[in-house]
Amino acid sequence: MPSMPEQEALNQPRSKTDLFISFTLLALQGFGGVLAVIQRELVDKKRWMTREQFVEEWAVAQVMPGPNVVNLSLMIGGRYFGLPGALAGVAGMLAAPLVVVLLLALAFGTVSDAAWAQGALRGMGAVSAGLIAGTGIKLIVALQANPMRMPACIALAALSFVGVALLRLPLAWVLLAVGLLGMGWAWRQLARQAARGDRA
Amino acid sequence: MNPVLHLNTNEWLDMFQHFASLSLLAVGGAITTAPDMHRYLVDDMHWLSDTQFTSSIALAQAAPGPNILFVALMGWNVGLNAGAGLGGGWMSAALGGAGLLVAMLGIMLPSSVLTYTATRWAHQHRQNIGIRAFKAGMAPTVIALLLATAWLLTAAHDQPGRDWPLYALTIVATVLVWRSKIHMLWLIGGGALLGALGWI
Repeated sequence: MPSMPEQEALNQPRSKTDLFISFTLLALQGFGGVLAVIQRELVDKKRWMTREQFVEEWAVAQVMPGPNVVNLSLMIGGRYFGLPGALAGVAGMLAAPLVVVLLLALAFGTVSDAAWAQGALRGMGAVSAGLIAGTGIKLIVALQANPMRMPACIALAALSFVGVALLRLPLAWVLLAVGLLGMGWAWRQLARQAARGDRA
Repeated sequence: MNPVLHLNTNEWLDMFQHFASLSLLAVGGAITTAPDMHRYLVDDMHWLSDTQFTSSIALAQAAPGPNILFVALMGWNVGLNAGAGLGGGWMSAALGGAGLLVAMLGIMLPSSVLTYTATRWAHQHRQNIGIRAFKAGMAPTVIALLLATAWLLTAAHDQPGRDWPLYALTIVATVLVWRSKIHMLWLIGGGALLGALGWI
């Protein structure tokens, strides 16, 4: 964003340790995906970034190959503290959950078949679908600042949803096709804005 | 139990190489490459049993933290199989740890190096109209992907007569995340409890 109007002052991680601990706590809360928790903690609570910045960063993390939450922690950590920060972010995101998942794997054999355990997994799965949907709905607001304007944004979002959720097309195709369309439109809008700015 | 595997250095390297090549293909998350991992680990190499493969994915989904940890569990299980399973004591645990490291480094290293370098570059050129158009143009799609993910998770339960309580729970969680500040762990815990009691 050019000359981002900083309506409200943002916070920053105090140190690499702060980054590591924050990401560890995020990761440990993230059942069925960490993204919803990252949005709530980093944007709504800690206020390290705005919703608009979060959507932009996440767009990049999603398009790059690799696990997108790991990409996001690399990018956020790197933004504040360079390579050491990126490593602290990723380490925070992975270290503690890795221990938990190994302990679970060791314990798994004894409870996995119990009806209550299966039921609990079903319940947690249904809730985590809701967490993801709720986060998506909240982020729609971030599109108001988008140079493409709301109607075009909604149309692109609807196309993507139909492609992935209903037609079950491979994600890479949808990202490429709808992403290029959006990029072309955004480019045109930004160029127009710039032209208007020059004339004014 | 699987027969004990004997993996030599070349085979460890081969596993690293395989995960490393999948790393760069994993646009949209490593889970999109799971079918290829299955072909390699289970069908071609016979390093993992089918059950070990599916339970690695299921466990990592149920545990807190990034879903990429399913790759760590697969590596761990390959290592355990190369030892003498869980009964093998420290030797097995060490091999499990080695398998975990090989798999995780393979799946993460190439994509992380690429993401880190590319996003540094993009950040330095963030005023460039192409970069701004890319981020703005992608934003609607990545938001739609959240909604699509929630949709797919829900659509996996496809018997409305039996599954309607799950749908209802998802909707309640969606609204609570969207409109309230309730902590996500309460929601997850609530879902687990309802499920364990057999109410959904």
